[in-house]
Parts: sequence; structure tokens; C-alpha cells
Amino acid sequence: MTVAQMTTVLNLKVLAGKQSMERLVAGGYCGDLLSWVMGRAKADDVWITVMGNLNAIAVAVLADVSCILLSEDAALDEDARQKAEEEGVTVLQSDRSTYDLAVAIGKLLS
Amino acid sequence: MSQALHLHYDVPGDDFTRAGEASGAVKRKLKQMGFNSSAIRRVAIAMYEGEINMVIHAGGGEADVEIMPEKISIVLTDHGPGIPDVELAMKEGWSTAPDHVRSLGFGAGMGLPNIKKYTDEMRIETEIGKGTKVFMVILAQ
Repeated sequence: MTVAQMTTVLNLKVLAGKQSMERLVAGGYCGDLLSWVMGRAKADDVWITVMGNLNAIAVAVLADVSCILLSEDAALDEDARQKAEEEGVTVLQSDRSTYDLAVAIGKLLS
Repeated sequence: MSQALHLHYDVPGDDFTRAGEASGAVKRKLKQMGFNSSAIRRVAIAMYEGEINMVIHAGGGEADVEIMPEKISIVLTDHGPGIPDVELAMKEGWSTAPDHVRSLGFGAGMGLPNIKKYTDEMRIETEIGKGTKVFMVILAQ
């Protein structure tokens, strides 16, 4: 499944990084503590979080996740949005909870 | 690539918006040079954790990177307060990061453990009141 397909099926809002939506989603990781996420998320995971700051974009780039999905309508900071555009990191948003999104994505991937 | 490539970066202190610039630049360089994606990811994560540590605890520092075909060596040097108990600092979940840093999503106590996890060799030299040097090596294969 690509980031674009997941976005359509789950009706997600695209906040940044439209150019990278053909990336594959291989799995997922949920978490808000950046080092914890960096140590455990795998490359090509969709990362579900409420952290929409500049450092979250850096973590997404360095850990090579397929995209960031902001749950509970968590905000994306303006400087983070610009950085995400520059780095080609897709940032998505949903009003659903982290748990709901993880369950829904798990079903799509199984 | 017969010779080692040396890169040097200054890591500014107390500027979380710029933390990750050095590791991001090294990541791009390794990509251009054709290193495999797993090695690139390990270098990027370990180096970013080191950068963040220098920003949080030491008022910044310097990063020196040596790229060879078979391995990437990184030395992070700071002139911060030093680490009083390295063994404790290496424990997952142990953190002395202040609250404002935690609100940014850092301070999970995973920095040094992540460096250990993602490198093939890691060594810390630290002196109270003088600073800390973190040496790391990541094998390319």
C-alpha cells in the first residue's frame, strides 16, 4: 500500500509533502517521544503521533519512515510544514485517535 | 573511493531547530556515495542522538566524521559538564533533560542507548567540568 492509497481510504488530510506520497507503507509505529520512536520505528513505517514540531520532521527523515500521521487533529507547526516540504516528508492529519488509526491501518496492511 | 573523506560540523547549542543539520548532511552525503540504506539509517540515527545530547546538555559541540568504504567513524566532542555516571546514563529511560526539552518530545532517556544500539562500536570519554567525547563506528555492510 502506498501513502497515497492509505490517504484516500482513510480520508486523511495532506498537510505537506505531496511529492512523496508514492512511498510504500510497510508497517506502523505509534509514539510521541522522539528518541523512543527513532530507536524503534522501522524504515517505511507510517508514524502516528501528536508531535508536529520541527524535530519530528528531522526524526522522520533520519528514521526514514514513509510518512507522519498526526492523530487527534494535532497541529503541524509552520516551520515544521516548511521543513517537511523541503525534505519531502509527507505529513497527514486525522481527527481520529492514535489507537483508531493504528487499528485501521493494521487492517489495511493485513 | 580509495581515501577517507573527512567532514566537520559545528553543532550550535540550545538551538533545537538546527539540531539534526549535521546528521542530515551526512545522511545525504552517504546516499550520494551509494552506501546501503541500513548503514545510512544507523549513522543518521546515532549521530542525531549525539547531536541532540550536545544541544540539551553541553551547549553544543563539534562533529567529525570519517567516511571510508568499509566503515563510518564519528567523533562528537563537547565542552559541557561531563557525565557523572556513564553506566547510569547508558540505561534506557534514564534522563536528566529539563522539562522544556521534554515538551519537545526529547528526554526519553533513549539517546545513548540508541547510539549503542545502532553502532558497531561505541566509546565515551568524559571528564567532569571539561566535557565529553563520544566515539562511534558503523560498519558499511
